[in-house]
Amino acid sequence: MTTTIYAAKKIITMNPSRPYATHVAVREGRILGVGTLGELQAWGAHRLDQRFANKVLMPGLVEGHSHVSEGVFWRFVYCGYHDRTDPDGKTWAGVRTIENVVARLAEAHAKHPDGPLTGWALDPIYFDTDGRGGRRMTRADLDRVSKDRPIGIMHASGHILNVNTKALELAGMLRAGVNHPGVPVGADGLPTGEMKGPDAMTPLGRHVGLDRGMLAADEPGLRAFARLCVRKGVTTAADLANLLPEPAVAMMSRVGAEPLFPARIVSLRVMRDLGPKATIEHAASLKPKSNNLMRFGIVKIVVDGSIQGFSARLRWPGYLNGAGPGLWYVTPEHLREALEQALALGVQVHTHTNGDEATELVLDTLEAALKKHPHADHRFTLQHCQLANAAQFRRMKQLGMCVNLFPNHHFYWGDQHYTMTVGPERAERMNACATALATGVPLAIHSDAPVTPLGPLFTAWCAVTRTTASGRTLGAHERISVADALRTITLGAAYTLKLDSEVGSIEVGKQADFAVLEDDPETIGGDRLKDVGIWGTVQGGRVFDAATI
Amino acid sequence: MAQAVPLYPLPVTVIGGYLGAGKTTLVNHLLRHANGRRIAIAVNEFGALPIDDDLIVGASGNVLTLAGGCICCTFGSDLVAGLMEIAQRANEIDHIVIEASGVALPGAIAQSLCLVPGLSLDAIVVVVDAETVRARAADPYIGDTIVRQLVDADLVVVNKCDLVGEADVQSLSDWLPTVARSARLIATTQANISPDVVLGIEAPTAFRSDVARAPHVVNGFASQVFAVDHPVQSAPLAAALADPDLGLVRAKGIVRDATLGLVVIQVAGQRSAVSPFKGDKPGVPRVICIAQSRRIDIERIALLIRAHRG
Repeated sequence: MTTTIYAAKKIITMNPSRPYATHVAVREGRILGVGTLGELQAWGAHRLDQRFANKVLMPGLVEGHSHVSEGVFWRFVYCGYHDRTDPDGKTWAGVRTIENVVARLAEAHAKHPDGPLTGWALDPIYFDTDGRGGRRMTRADLDRVSKDRPIGIMHASGHILNVNTKALELAGMLRAGVNHPGVPVGADGLPTGEMKGPDAMTPLGRHVGLDRGMLAADEPGLRAFARLCVRKGVTTAADLANLLPEPAVAMMSRVGAEPLFPARIVSLRVMRDLGPKATIEHAASLKPKSNNLMRFGIVKIVVDGSIQGFSARLRWPGYLNGAGPGLWYVTPEHLREALEQALALGVQVHTHTNGDEATELVLDTLEAALKKHPHADHRFTLQHCQLANAAQFRRMKQLGMCVNLFPNHHFYWGDQHYTMTVGPERAERMNACATALATGVPLAIHSDAPVTPLGPLFTAWCAVTRTTASGRTLGAHERISVADALRTITLGAAYTLKLDSEVGSIEVGKQADFAVLEDDPETIGGDRLKDVGIWGTVQGGRVFDAATI
Repeated sequence: MAQAVPLYPLPVTVIGGYLGAGKTTLVNHLLRHANGRRIAIAVNEFGALPIDDDLIVGASGNVLTLAGGCICCTFGSDLVAGLMEIAQRANEIDHIVIEASGVALPGAIAQSLCLVPGLSLDAIVVVVDAETVRARAADPYIGDTIVRQLVDADLVVVNKCDLVGEADVQSLSDWLPTVARSARLIATTQANISPDVVLGIEAPTAFRSDVARAPHVVNGFASQVFAVDHPVQSAPLAAALADPDLGLVRAKGIVRDATLGLVVIQVAGQRSAVSPFKGDKPGVPRVICIAQSRRIDIERIALLIRAHRG
């Protein structure tokens, strides 16, 4: 039974009764005490560890909505517009023109000439040099990389795939007469190589290394994801949509039990293949298979689509461009069945709702379900919930719901929401963090990695500044303070995962999970929060240095 | 490996409609009366196992083997992957039926068929519950989904007519065409409709009878065979047979086109199509028409056929 006392320049505890300290004592992976060295010495024999003497410790950061598949995507060629760091710590410069994308793929092609060539994170919305949305990438662009091997690039949204001619050929799609809204055709009557939406992407995916099953995350992907967590100061991350078949659960449990696996993963069972009742029962049956680092037992239900895809369910007056009201991904009946069964079995549910009508449906459905199955502490969580208005936040509060908003989305696509999807007024109130806090709705904020990069301090910066990619401050009144943001990416997210008794603050009895920072996030300034240096983490008392992970 | 393209496109019937309308009952009815037609049922609803136990012969992965050479695949939300899987077995089946999820838009599913080589749309059939469809169509959450399902329908099966009064059936018959503008309505109970109506007329059964003077009436559906002893302009004839005034729910013909040779004409409500005849025993060129609960206007159709002499 060894005790280690870490000295730090500053320890931000998130424990209001002892908000700051200089030392934290760790025993058996848990926090023995927080205070001065003198106070902690009362616990007896110990080893004083000075390696963090010039660092700032925070509770280990908690990512409340990501996907382990971020670890899988890094096997592919990064084609994003913004700079991004991979699990090995290499920062890939953003590629800002189609020419740059082609050049980067050509480089990868020269290095690894066999099999399909796969890219990801393309975001042509930023290639807008002519003010009209820019030129779309076509198969001719990718044919310049290679005509002989199939090439595909997944867009950042995950909803569009660009492929070359060879890939179309292999999929039997290089033919005239394809009449589908997701498949633009060129002057020659053949598909241009842009495949939009899951239906159009599916026939191509397997030919360009993007099989849907594979992306659910495998063992190397899980390991890569966990290393990325260390680089971002994350000690607990939610994996929001996994089918959790038996082999995946067994693999995760095994990996999670290894002495050096560095992150806690909370994997949610998504309702996709099984019916509502069976999905809830499956999640309930998985809960006992959890270990300290792999947690199961929560269900995710996708209620609607996405705002930029015009498939989120919006209330009146709908989309700015008059697009239809969006799409339901679940019937209200199935949602009701799932929520009732979940309340009856004590299974927590997280619902994906982007549009305000989808949010309203969940509020209505949960309100009715709670009358049948009263539950004092269900913490059902609205995920994304980007367009909720003040009245909906008041209902969330009354119903005991939590919300996990998406400030990163606000940064990456807020400008498009302002001009194209919902217009200025609703764009300014999107991801209303300040309203959530003022209303008393337990709040988390998320990256949805790999949709946007994992990194709670960046997410916090987005919530604090509400800056968009173009530099606009979009909805100044919904900005939150640095203190609130830091609490949200620790205790706030932990609460939505029902882990706040174990993690989220540095106080006696909790897991010894720390983010080890080079800078002080409380004093660096809100507009520099994203630049806070991250040394690594302490997870369950184990030290992980980002430089050597 | 490139996608295998079957020699002839497989016809696909999309069955849409909200929860509880009777889609599953209809699918089981089709399987029970398949009469040699090898049907692949593709289920796009999570969790539902839509096949009656006694029809199931075996199971392997997500594919059920059913009586009579039929199969059933469940594939959750990944429709196109499921269809690609079924298309690989094209030589084992004659027809694909997609049972869409309650919130799916059958029109969008029909559009996706072009993404899988070797499939062709037969028709969009939307099943509604006579008792609840009006209320559902007015529901603040799903009303527009119900309406969008109906708008794309070629045939609307108005199911559970026994649960409502005659006045309600009449009122539905007045209302539905204002939404499902291009569809033919079929009133029924317990989804009791012949596969010849839902999936199209199949030659071995429907073409068995000789040309008769009077329509053959089975289960509320009248069918009538017309001999066509001259070449025709097949596409315009097919379109003419789809005219709502004629009230045909289905028609099929094997006729000699003036320029294309022997062709098959298919009509499903307002939808019509012409494809090359691919069998080896065409028999006497002729057209068979099916309508529900009404006289088939023999003289008018005969006139129509003559008018499209090629």
